[in-house]
Amino acid sequence: MMASSYNAKEEDGHHSGASGPGGAAAKSKKPDNTAFKQQRLPAWQPILTAGTVLPAFFVIGLIFIPIGIGLYVTSNNIKEFEIDYTGIDMSSPCFNCSQNFSWNSTKPCKCSLPFSLDQPFESNVFVYYGLSNFYQNHRRYVKSRDDSQLNGDLFSLTHPSKECEPYRTGSDNKPIAPCGAIANSMFNDTLELYYIDPNETRTLIPLVKKGIAWWTDKHVKFRNPGGNNSNLTASFQGNSKPVNWNKPAYELDADPENNGFINEDFIVWMRTAALPTFRKLYRIIQRKNNMTPTLPRGNYTLEVTYNYPVRSFEGRKRMILSTISWMGGKNPFLGIAYITVGSVCFFLGVVLLIIHHKYGNRSNNSDIPN
Amino acid sequence: MAAKWLRMLVPWRGGWTPRGKEPRPGCAEEERHVRANDRLYNDKFSYADNRIKTSKYSILTFLPVNLFEQFQRVANAYFLVLLILQLIPEISSLSWFTTIVPLVMVLVITAVKDATDDYFRHRSDQQVNTRQSQVLIQGKLQNEKWMNVRVGDIIKLENNQFVTADLLLLSSSEPYGLCYIETAELDGENNLKVRQALTVTSDLGADIAKLAEFDGEITCEPPNNKLDRFTGTLCWRGNKHPLENEHMLLRGCVLRNTDWCFGLVVFAGPQTKLMQNCGRTTFKRTSIEKLMNTLVLWIFGFLICMGIILAIGNTIWEVKVGRAFWAYLQWGELLSNAVYSGFLTFWSYIIILNTVVPISLYVSVEVLRLGHSYFINWDRKLYYGEKDMAAEARTTTLNEELGQVEFIFSDKTGTLTQNILIFHKCSINGTTYGEVYDDFHHKVNITEKTPCVDFSFNPLSDPKFRFHDSSLVEAVKVGEACVQEFFRLLALCHTVMPEERSEGELVYQAQSPDEGALVTAARNFGFVFRARTPETITLYEIGRPVTYQLLAFLDFNNVRKRMSVIVRNPKGEIKLYCKGADTIVFERLHPSNEDLMDTTSEHLNEFAGEGLRTLALAYRELDEDVFGEWMERLQYASTVVGNREELLNELYEEVEQDLMLLGATAVEDKLQEGVPETITCLSLANIKIWVLTGDKLETAMNIGYSCNMLRDDMDEVFVISGHSSLEVARELRSAKERILGPSCAKLSSAGKSISSSSDSVFEETIIAEYALIINGHSLAHALELEVELEQVLLDVACLCKTVICCRVTPLQKAQVVELVKRHKRAVTLAIGDGANDVSMIKTAHIGVGISGQEGTQAVLASDYSFGQFRYLQRLLLVHGRWSYRRMCKFLCYFFYKNFAFTLVHFWFGFLCGFSAQTVYDQWFITLYNIVYTSLPVLAMGMFDKDVNEHFSLRYPSLYRPGQLNLLFNKRKFFTCTLHGVFTSFVLFFVPYVLCFSAVRDDGAHVSDQQAFAITIATSLVIVVSVQIGLDTDYWTAVNHFFVWGSLAMYFAILFAMHSDGLFSMFPSQFPYIGLARNALTQKSVWLVILLTTVVCIMPMLAIRFLKTDLRPSLSDKVYLLQKASRRQHPQEQSLKRVRRTSSRRSAYAFAHQQGYGELITSGRNMKFTASASTPNLSAPPSPALSPPAPVQNMSCTGWIGTWGGGGEEELGDVDSTGESPGVTDDGAGKTPTAEITA
Repeated sequence: MMASSYNAKEEDGHHSGASGPGGAAAKSKKPDNTAFKQQRLPAWQPILTAGTVLPAFFVIGLIFIPIGIGLYVTSNNIKEFEIDYTGIDMSSPCFNCSQNFSWNSTKPCKCSLPFSLDQPFESNVFVYYGLSNFYQNHRRYVKSRDDSQLNGDLFSLTHPSKECEPYRTGSDNKPIAPCGAIANSMFNDTLELYYIDPNETRTLIPLVKKGIAWWTDKHVKFRNPGGNNSNLTASFQGNSKPVNWNKPAYELDADPENNGFINEDFIVWMRTAALPTFRKLYRIIQRKNNMTPTLPRGNYTLEVTYNYPVRSFEGRKRMILSTISWMGGKNPFLGIAYITVGSVCFFLGVVLLIIHHKYGNRSNNSDIPN
Repeated sequence: MAAKWLRMLVPWRGGWTPRGKEPRPGCAEEERHVRANDRLYNDKFSYADNRIKTSKYSILTFLPVNLFEQFQRVANAYFLVLLILQLIPEISSLSWFTTIVPLVMVLVITAVKDATDDYFRHRSDQQVNTRQSQVLIQGKLQNEKWMNVRVGDIIKLENNQFVTADLLLLSSSEPYGLCYIETAELDGENNLKVRQALTVTSDLGADIAKLAEFDGEITCEPPNNKLDRFTGTLCWRGNKHPLENEHMLLRGCVLRNTDWCFGLVVFAGPQTKLMQNCGRTTFKRTSIEKLMNTLVLWIFGFLICMGIILAIGNTIWEVKVGRAFWAYLQWGELLSNAVYSGFLTFWSYIIILNTVVPISLYVSVEVLRLGHSYFINWDRKLYYGEKDMAAEARTTTLNEELGQVEFIFSDKTGTLTQNILIFHKCSINGTTYGEVYDDFHHKVNITEKTPCVDFSFNPLSDPKFRFHDSSLVEAVKVGEACVQEFFRLLALCHTVMPEERSEGELVYQAQSPDEGALVTAARNFGFVFRARTPETITLYEIGRPVTYQLLAFLDFNNVRKRMSVIVRNPKGEIKLYCKGADTIVFERLHPSNEDLMDTTSEHLNEFAGEGLRTLALAYRELDEDVFGEWMERLQYASTVVGNREELLNELYEEVEQDLMLLGATAVEDKLQEGVPETITCLSLANIKIWVLTGDKLETAMNIGYSCNMLRDDMDEVFVISGHSSLEVARELRSAKERILGPSCAKLSSAGKSISSSSDSVFEETIIAEYALIINGHSLAHALELEVELEQVLLDVACLCKTVICCRVTPLQKAQVVELVKRHKRAVTLAIGDGANDVSMIKTAHIGVGISGQEGTQAVLASDYSFGQFRYLQRLLLVHGRWSYRRMCKFLCYFFYKNFAFTLVHFWFGFLCGFSAQTVYDQWFITLYNIVYTSLPVLAMGMFDKDVNEHFSLRYPSLYRPGQLNLLFNKRKFFTCTLHGVFTSFVLFFVPYVLCFSAVRDDGAHVSDQQAFAITIATSLVIVVSVQIGLDTDYWTAVNHFFVWGSLAMYFAILFAMHSDGLFSMFPSQFPYIGLARNALTQKSVWLVILLTTVVCIMPMLAIRFLKTDLRPSLSDKVYLLQKASRRQHPQEQSLKRVRRTSSRRSAYAFAHQQGYGELITSGRNMKFTASASTPNLSAPPSPALSPPAPVQNMSCTGWIGTWGGGGEEELGDVDSTGESPGVTDDGAGKTPTAEITA
């Protein structure tokens, strides 16, 4: 704002006509008479009166309560079963596995947990694994990945981003693929479900592993180096596997459509959770036909290949079975929240109405001081 | 070639250094030597050439200089530091672009603004620099561009041309080397001034050959900014000729009524007096801006506190949880130390949370103010048609302060009054004329309808002149000697220049409106001043031409307070005619005038009581011998170099004795249109109006009554006019006691702290109305001698409804403003029109200039300018109020939205191990402030209004909240930040609870970090949009467009950012690919967003409703009324308030004052009402020589062009230390000199 009070234009400015013949009638400086310049733009002037505010409260109340009830009922109809298989207790079948852990153990530790479902699960059943106290949202963890590499970029494959440190190069000085802490800590327990007939025969329940990742992730965001049809083993030749992994990325699955970076388990893991307690989709149990429930009532066994250590940070591992509805999975909070907010709004509306009737001044303009 | 290119890009002189720091080669110059027509010689001194440069940058230097300037601002520097912090990988919690994009946008917007400003400056520079002028080069007149004119060149100017540079006038087309100029651009006076060439050079005429040979050498003062002074000598052909301002044509003037003239360039370009006068304007800041800066500091503090809390949290987390988590999250070695990790986290959080200090705040505020300024400029209701003058906001940074004004300091002349004077009454030989009586000898109030005297007998009369008392015309016609002599004096003794455009169409160029009025009166009464030469004055005395020889001219000055002419009439009689302040003239009367003097002074009292301005007239017949002898001495004295002025004064004194009194004149000072109504309205708005005037007490009081400032029903009017500090102290204390009651006064004198606190309480409780009128000399005592007295003065003044300070100097005006500024935390506004108001205008928080009769100096120094006092009402009550409201609402919302946005990260910190992980997408952080939320709030800040203009003017109390700082203060700030904190809390925790176990309808989880981010971000954008919707009272199409547009923009950008295309190009910058498609198609996400929005908004809605319903503010009430009245009767004319003003012609001021006659006769308060406030003492009164003497023509310059400013505010018995026109008040601003010279 270093305005100079002199403006060369002023020197040039029009001279008043009174004192000299030079001052011909210049253009009038009268401002234009437009609604904008005169601040007369047509406008809508809403005002908070009892007539507008109180109905708003009632309407919100009346809309929210039914929604909430609907949500609550829907949520209650969803069947969900959860089992913790961390193995904290001595009594737990997985206790041993949780105790003897080392990343390098070649012989997998297996444990099986029996459970029973009281009610049959009718439609498709989704199998989740849940982790608690796992800080997948820690900044250093979140940024420890290289999206270019995961997108199949060949340069990034050999030169991973610095963000991946300290999981950037392996012990053999080769770049790690996939690099970074997220990939390195990929969940690698294997869960298998067996249905135990009343006559004690175990049937393995088929778990579908296709379609558990987002379409965009699987088809756009994640791509194998050199396209999906090339020889993965060759592509990953110059790379080292993540430190914690037992096998390299190109051996994640036998199916070439689900191997390497586009392995759906891997993609799901790479979509980091917002909160330290989270669940991720593991498998889907497809409904066979309309006649039989997907998971009938009865006894089951969960067979866990226990690879993933969580005890060091007091984490928990869970397996969740759930059906879903139009609004997603079981989430009673949403319904309750809607009912609560709706009722509070309605109640507030009533209180405001009373206050307004008792104390409010309704358009008495007589007391406006001049 | 290269040099040529360089020169095109970089103006070669001064280069890129900003103006003011420019290395001026003439800076150390002690004396300037210029030789005409000798460029070689003049080049030795490397004087500046005539190129001017007001621009700051050139193409090459723009970027570095502009960036350097911008980074000097604290906010920009802060963001630069943040940017650097972000480059440290251990700390960086945000990508570099989140800071750099807004920063670059801010820098670019500012740079574009600076660049356009500079472009226009370049263009106008260019335009001025390439003007053509005729320069005498090598014996030929050649057309040259202005910028190529050099010091020492001889230039030919033609009529109506601008003067190219500061020139020494050599010769002109007019006789005696006279030349007329208009100096409106220079000092704002648009009357003609006369300059005269030295006799020796005027003989050169238009002879090119002679001019080309002219090789005079000028030795003169170095460049300076004094417009009214020039000293130097011209050395030519071995003779030395003194040079003065009268020989100079200054750049910026326009040549008038002169066919051509030749001049020698003395100062060129940046060294001209015009350019030297262009100081930088001081930068004023509004109180809101100061508060804003404080708040930003607080926010910094808050930011650091949050950083510390989170850093401590991080340390604890690392120790308790993080260590155990190392299996999955290995740190580098450094980070294994938890404390060090905490330290780094602190900086990371500073980066993340930096958005609580909004980078766009300052830019947005600037934009808003600019918009508000334009609204003022565009307002047709502030347009003054008569002068074709629209209001102008010359400073764009003060608008909101217009809504907080508590004190108005107003000049009187030209501000409250029109400075148009009308010959209203006179007293001739003991008889008053001018009153009209009806058949029953009752005085008739003169109105528009009162019949006027018919002047048709006089073909030369001025048709606009109105006079109502026909007896005076009768007296003239009858031929009463005294009456004729009276008008003859008025026609002879003055400094008016006649201009007869065509036969009989006379126009007078008067130095002061008083003189104009008097000469016009004489003209109408048959004594037409028709023509003048340096030695003669031609009158048409009742149709008969009579030529008087002007023998001597005894000029006016502040000490003499009179002027005289000595003329020889055709009969050969020598007469001295004198007009001057009554006291001065009365002292010099012949003893035989005793009786007449008494009667006349009675009449004078009457006139003064009516607010009329008076002059006494007298004459003396001189003996030929006495005069001859005196004339000789005068001629001798005028050649003396040393104490010339003293000698001349003595001689004048000697001849102005034994005068015969003729009578007295009374002219009326007309009020401006709408002044009383405006003052009433403003005082209803609780604005205190103080009138500071140079006028004498009675006139000031009278104007006070006619402006409704003083009223008959006031409880008491205190007049402080003590001559010693003790007296003043006693008067002030007693006044205070009268107001507060004795007990309180005792209390206040006991302890100052008590008094100041109790006073404010009393101010509110005092119902009785008081007025304070204080004289300049008393004010001097009160202001300067004792600090305690100052406090008492202020207390009393603030307890009074009306304060009038009369006889104050320009400096005192500034001191009074300063006093209030210092002791009261209130916004002051000074309004004035003349040079004498400049200091006051510059001192006050807001300076308003009225472009009036006294020129444009006040306007040039002011922050706002317009044509009429009455516009002040609209400026404050409408524009000021709106600006203030808008700015406050804008700030509240701005802080709210940034807190709501940023604090989500704080809450998230507790759940992500205090790792400084952001909740939102980085692009969202980048764009939130500048794209998603900036325009709606700008639209609100630009267009919002609650009550329309008619109601704002009708209910002035609506202005009160601004004065009390109610709409934005620290408490408000806390409320809106708390609101922001609450919103951020809801925004985070509602989705937190709901997303905890939420699952998509295809079974995939939604509690992933990206989906969580988009849920919160979308809720946030919707919540702040709804909130701005609630805040906006006035929804224009623009508001709709911006609010809906911003929302649409958000979704458009969201989908674009999450598109496959962008990801495939920059996979690492856009990791959110596909998110919008996947998340925003989920019903549960929308259900969460809806719930969050309702939870955020409904409590606010309830609180607002309760507020307006239970405790509606005045604006709420008026707003309802406005709505109701619009429905009922659409016409708004009925709202106009008609207020009868008290009759101006009743002698209120007189009737209310005891001992008035004593005051008059003592002469202390008498004033001389002839002319200018700023006589130029440096111009010596030059005697006109009798015809036989060689023609020297110095006389012309004696009467024309030496008096500045005009107007009546001469300072009576107070020494004038006021600024001369065009000179800044720096000189006068230092030493308080208001001594009494009585």
